[in-house]
Amino acid sequence: MQEKSKSWLQFLLEVIVLVLLFTLVQYALSAGLVNQSYQITLTSMCINVILAVSLNLINGFTGQLSLGHAGFMAIGAYVSVIITNFMDLPFIAGILGGCLAAGIAGFVVGVPTLRLKGDYLAIATLAFGEIIRVVLQNIDYVNGPAGIMGITKLTTWPWLYWAAIFTILIIVNLMNSSYGRAIVSIREDEVASELMGINTTRYKVLAFVIGAMFAGLAGVLYAHYFYIIRPETFNFLKSFDMLVMVVLGGLGSTTGAIIAAVFITFLTLALQKYAAMRMVIYALTLIIVMIYRPQGLMGNKELSRKTFSGIWGGRK
Amino acid sequence: MSLLEIKNLYKSFGGLGAVINFNFTIQSGELIGLIGPNGAGKTTVFNLITGVYRPDKGQILLQGQNIAGLPPYTICQKGIARTFQNIRLFKDLSVIDNVKIAFHKNVDYSLFSTLIRLPAFFQGEKDIETKAMEYLSIFKLDHKRDEIASNLPYGEQRRLEIARALATQPTLLILDEPAAGMNPQETKELMELIKWVREEFQLSILLIEHDMSLVMGVCERIYVLDYGQVIAEGLPQEIRNNKKVIEAYLGEEVGKC
Amino acid sequence: MLEFLQQMINGLSLGAIYALIALGYTMVYGIIKLINFAHGDIMMVGAYVGFFSITLLGTDIVVAMLAAMIFCAILGVIMEKVAYRPLRNSTRIAALITAIGLSLFLEYITVVILGPTQKVFPASAFPVKAYNIAGLSILNKQVFVFVSAVLLMVILQYIIKRTKTGKAMRAVSLDREAAVLMGISVDRTISITFAIGSALAAAAGVMIGVYYQTINPLMGIIPGLKAFVAAVLGGIGLVPGAMVGGFVMGLLETLVMGYGNSLYRDAVAFGVLIIILLIRPTGLFGKNTGEKV
Repeated sequence: MQEKSKSWLQFLLEVIVLVLLFTLVQYALSAGLVNQSYQITLTSMCINVILAVSLNLINGFTGQLSLGHAGFMAIGAYVSVIITNFMDLPFIAGILGGCLAAGIAGFVVGVPTLRLKGDYLAIATLAFGEIIRVVLQNIDYVNGPAGIMGITKLTTWPWLYWAAIFTILIIVNLMNSSYGRAIVSIREDEVASELMGINTTRYKVLAFVIGAMFAGLAGVLYAHYFYIIRPETFNFLKSFDMLVMVVLGGLGSTTGAIIAAVFITFLTLALQKYAAMRMVIYALTLIIVMIYRPQGLMGNKELSRKTFSGIWGGRK
Repeated sequence: MSLLEIKNLYKSFGGLGAVINFNFTIQSGELIGLIGPNGAGKTTVFNLITGVYRPDKGQILLQGQNIAGLPPYTICQKGIARTFQNIRLFKDLSVIDNVKIAFHKNVDYSLFSTLIRLPAFFQGEKDIETKAMEYLSIFKLDHKRDEIASNLPYGEQRRLEIARALATQPTLLILDEPAAGMNPQETKELMELIKWVREEFQLSILLIEHDMSLVMGVCERIYVLDYGQVIAEGLPQEIRNNKKVIEAYLGEEVGKC
Repeated sequence: MLEFLQQMINGLSLGAIYALIALGYTMVYGIIKLINFAHGDIMMVGAYVGFFSITLLGTDIVVAMLAAMIFCAILGVIMEKVAYRPLRNSTRIAALITAIGLSLFLEYITVVILGPTQKVFPASAFPVKAYNIAGLSILNKQVFVFVSAVLLMVILQYIIKRTKTGKAMRAVSLDREAAVLMGISVDRTISITFAIGSALAAAAGVMIGVYYQTINPLMGIIPGLKAFVAAVLGGIGLVPGAMVGGFVMGLLETLVMGYGNSLYRDAVAFGVLIIILLIRPTGLFGKNTGEKV
């Protein structure tokens, strides 16, 4: 009984902290304390967190290296813009439509490719990501290579913040469950997992689809903040950006993915004027992390596990 | 009806017959040994039964139903569980998570209630936790529940693998060289454990073993495989005196048996 | 029909270039089971070395090509020593991520040093002439590319089949442990493989410079990926497969550009890749091997 009330208290505390953080930033924004450049950073940060946490579900937890995440982000972005700007429907419809479309794309891509292993899978997902981009370039309805301009700015701080929290919450909840254990067992030993009665294909596809849906969500938020989307924005270098975050944070750690996403966002801001140098640093990060600390920042550990499970109620 | 009946099972790799017209039956509650020299095709038989390989020909009837060619997870769900020659635990996961994963096929809460944490989830998790602890304590691993599996000593890893297989609630348990790498004392304990497990869980056990004393000691019937074919079948005493068996073994490793 | 033959001629020289790059992918994969993602970028470095050899040192095209090959051979060996060797016993995913890192590194360090803009290969280094044979137009640069590529492939075949080094390479790719027991230095053999593969890529880089006249720091990505597809198509790890795959990809691409939508030229390569991976992951000439349990 004491155990229970304690965990409730913890839960309450966490909610208060989260709301406080939200209100603080909201206040700073409305009081005009945050300049344009920091507003953009704040937006990128939330979007990057969503991307990194969702890609980590596929690459880190399921152990299936995907290099096509940017493709799903593109689908979310384009479909939502069609819904909001072309069809004049409300933002929430755009969000749902974007996520759903990206999820369906994830399913269509995932079912055939997830039979492949390791580096073959990586290349196949990369290829699919690029095909999505090339197809978008060839659809006149969405202006081909020129992209769509003048998208209404609907992405606001509350959307960004709660979308990021929602993403983290869903993925943490998923991973701290029997379904999550089934997913991790695939990474650990696919053959053994299958022989323990787990339909590995189904869970690989499940993880892939959920990951793709959140990539779609990130795409929706991106499109409705930055005014313009072009197919080129979502090329495989974008997927590599996300990979850097996941690898740096530690494959298989949601906490790591969040920290790395925040860090990379600030790094991008700091190196704004030196785009090429930034890529050199990314590249070296990948190489050095793989050679000297392949488990990344966090390994597969989570920050203050007890606090976390306190909120989500996974364990005592 | 026999629990498992295998008829004319055949599998070849690159034209070379690895298992040739293998016939086999096991009744409910039986404990059977499968022996044979290295490369005789024993593990291949296991891989065929558990669906890792697809047989070229033949039937595998589990309670009268043909399971040949089904995917491994379906076969496991139908009640066949196994361990591996070279231990295949989920190495980076905790001891208890290894066992919990085996319960997943019977998980009774939905993905939806997982994601938004409905009461069904908490209840289900509590049940899984309790059951997993039961299995761990049977195998004297309960005090190591949060240890990372790969950090366990060898003997405990073997026990954990058996616990994990049992947690899938099989009617037939297949053990691939369970005593490999164990000293005589550990082997003896394992023999007792295997017998006890069979009684306690009311299941049939099929085991591959190199250690003759273990096979002769616990198995009720023995099949001997050589070059993919059954060369003898019978009670331990019969096998011990079978000329073909002695030849097959002596031809391979002199004096070991 | 004439139109079709013309496309085939264009496709052959392009295919020869892809084949050269694909050989490097396949050789490295054969020996250490790694998709050397940075291979296309070595081709890019080769193109730049060739460019500077011509513009700064005033050499002719053949010397430029040799210079590029030597430079990239050394670069390939260093890359393997520094980045891949420490990872030889870690997971394939780790090695692949490192390869992606190396690829990005080569691309953007070039941007940082030389700027992102493209450079024009001096036309004087290779004055273009067109021959008309039976209504078909054949450019001398096409002949040059095709002949030198085929020549390099013949030399490669000779090395692999007839020399001690080649034997060592085949031995290591078949069974590394056994090769060690036979007294073969695995490290040295892998280094040589990287050297040869990178040199071929460098030659291809100079050819692309001659063929398309412009070079830029990101030019290695797409041809690199297409050459990879060629290697997979032929059965990755198989040298003759890479040659055939390269030519097939070259022909396919020119046909798509000639008869279809040129915007789709890059998608075709990826489409082919996905189809092979799904239907026959071992490629046209590969053998199937299952996992041992």
